[in-house]
Amino acid sequence: MPPDPEGRIVHGFSNNEDAVLVKAPPAGMALVQTVDILGPIGNSARLFGQTAAANALSDVYAMGGIPWSVMNVAAFPSPENPDDAPISVLAEIITGAMEKVAEAGAVLAGGHTLDDEYIKFGLAVTGAIDPAKAARNDGLVAGDVLILTKALGTGILATGIKAKWPGFEEAEKEMYRWTTHLNTAAAEVIRAMGLKAATDITGFGLGGHLLEMAKGSGVSAELDCSALPFMDQAEELASFGLIPAGTYRNRDHASCHTTVSSSADELRSTLVFDAQTSGGLLLAVPQERVQEACERLNALNEPAFIVGRILPMRDKKEQLIIA
Amino acid sequence: MLIDTRGLSCPQPVLMVFPHLNGAEPIDVLVDNNASQENVSRAARKQGWNVDIKTEADGIVRLELRK
Repeated sequence: MPPDPEGRIVHGFSNNEDAVLVKAPPAGMALVQTVDILGPIGNSARLFGQTAAANALSDVYAMGGIPWSVMNVAAFPSPENPDDAPISVLAEIITGAMEKVAEAGAVLAGGHTLDDEYIKFGLAVTGAIDPAKAARNDGLVAGDVLILTKALGTGILATGIKAKWPGFEEAEKEMYRWTTHLNTAAAEVIRAMGLKAATDITGFGLGGHLLEMAKGSGVSAELDCSALPFMDQAEELASFGLIPAGTYRNRDHASCHTTVSSSADELRSTLVFDAQTSGGLLLAVPQERVQEACERLNALNEPAFIVGRILPMRDKKEQLIIA
Repeated sequence: MLIDTRGLSCPQPVLMVFPHLNGAEPIDVLVDNNASQENVSRAARKQGWNVDIKTEADGIVRLELRK
């Protein structure tokens, strides 16, 4: 159980209560709420739990929020045959998740487990945020520079791991190294700098999420293929055709708003859309504050990859330009 | 050689084709979705094969892999 030093849980579920009383965040703060659940990724129950928790918490971090309390959401098939996953697997998943919830400084308010055909796990997360300072999906401004805080490639690596491709054990370590990492530091930079626009990179891939932001903000966005950071093995595995169908779907879905320059690397222009699990935050930073943002991230031991910039609309249309 | 990957999703089609890319015997691969088509083509080209794409009926594509 994550610790609760401030006594946020006023009345818990220890005596079979069906709901939980949680203390509200300090006056003036708003709640930021989200829920996200995943199917298993990789072969470690505990690291999958950590990943699913980091993935759900990330939606709160993307707005600059601070996780306050969480609820587990789990689906697990009742073990009936010797080959079925034992219930200890669910316990491992929850253990991993709670490690990340504790690291995030949130408390566990409860949860629900459903007997289901497939394993799924995630969190409903409540965070606290100053509503005037929340970073938004639709706050991009022409001239902003885009900083990404994690390398890309979870979709590719997960496919390589599933295929047991040579080197998959190392690929799994590399994938979990990134997916279990909380986006706490990037959220801290959003708050410290008062950044107006950010998102977290998940299922639609960097390209898909950036295009969503561009459409919401009435701007175009340019990604520099040569500057994109990739996890170890991601490009190699992709070159052998270990690219998940979701990545192609993301690319095709965005195609009528996407322009790929002739100089852009063909493989990378597809991997821009690789579906990420627990990806990094994409921060939009005014040009004159880019150095400050990078220094702040690095001071918190967080990578800062400059991957693109925001441009005015092109031909009155929001465009994603892959250069 | 004919490899039928219809009804299978990634990474299965690549895994079925890949072991045969070490040889030189012509390979025809049937695929029924875009991801399989692109992935099998990538794997083959990476190993130095030419890929000819022939569209057949009912959304089926035949990839003719030739060394």
